[in-house]
Amino acid sequence: MDMRRSERFPLPRREVAQALLADRGHMLVVAGLGSTAWDITAAGDHPLNLPLWGAMGGAASIGLGLALAQPERRVLVITGDGDMLMGLGSLATIAVQQPVNLAIVVFDNERYGETGMQPTHTAHGVDLAAMAQAAGIPLTGTVHDEAGLGAALPVIRGEPGPVFYTIKVRAETLPFELPPKDGAYLKDRFREALLGA
Amino acid sequence: MRDWPEGIYRELSALEVRQVAYVPDAGHARLIMLCAGDAGMRSVPLTTEEEGVALLAGAWLGGERGVLLMQSSGVGNCVNMLSLTQACRFPLLMLITMRGEWGEFNPWQLHMGQRTARTLELCGTIVHRLDEAERAEDTVRAAGVMAFEGQMPVAVLIAQAVIGAKGFGR
Repeated sequence: MDMRRSERFPLPRREVAQALLADRGHMLVVAGLGSTAWDITAAGDHPLNLPLWGAMGGAASIGLGLALAQPERRVLVITGDGDMLMGLGSLATIAVQQPVNLAIVVFDNERYGETGMQPTHTAHGVDLAAMAQAAGIPLTGTVHDEAGLGAALPVIRGEPGPVFYTIKVRAETLPFELPPKDGAYLKDRFREALLGA
Repeated sequence: MRDWPEGIYRELSALEVRQVAYVPDAGHARLIMLCAGDAGMRSVPLTTEEEGVALLAGAWLGGERGVLLMQSSGVGNCVNMLSLTQACRFPLLMLITMRGEWGEFNPWQLHMGQRTARTLELCGTIVHRLDEAERAEDTVRAAGVMAFEGQMPVAVLIAQAVIGAKGFGR
């Protein structure tokens, strides 16, 4: 296995985040810790974003609780391969619940980006979308390029799910785009924007 | 024997709990069954307890209340995920059936059972012990009010003496 192949992946993660979040409407967004939290912030900080600064392994489960509580809203979880690998069991939990309004997108650069770009298990061939499918998530796929992204976008944004996509993104070190760090503030502004409370 | 799980179920209903997340325990079996039979409650079985901490953060974000049911051994699985509860001031109501204390036959349960309350307290959780079945309703009600109104993690430890010590061939 070529451990450096992800440095040549065509899709830049910040552009993928932009595409996913353009004209986002009423969508609710949870982002896993590290790079994906910076990516959604680079696309535009928003009160209906919950960018995580920790809680590794928890992004998909937060999305599940939110999707069950808000069945009329699309819930999009954008997280990294490291976070998803730590929370693999949550794919089984989500498959049991079958929330039609939940989409999980893993930005897979095959690296632990915040800790020195060490290879994750996906660099060795572990296939997250196949694991999601095996768990029983009905709509899954892996995106490698612009054409694949174009085809996946409407599924991620609107098809009855649950939906799980791996998007292979280039391993690159980018400037930080930091969201607010105070978790209580992030939670309260989210609830105020969503519930008025 | 007094039907304390039924009492807890009624309190959870009154607290408007909508998501019931759990890793099963024998001590929670009846409560899990009662909640599963309630159309107003969504049962969410977990693969590990920390999923429940994250799930219920998401539930609160979306305007719903939940409860996390687990055995004392599951507390250790939640330690880092409780940073989410703390950093964001999410409410979290946990009902924990105790193993590894009164009359425990399995030495492997002692590790977490003897450290459950201290582990939770180290993580900033308010801990109530339920040592008498008669106090089940008011203890859960009090814990729920503190969790949801105070936006705090609150745990009720249901003593092994209340549940009855487990043994093989029971």
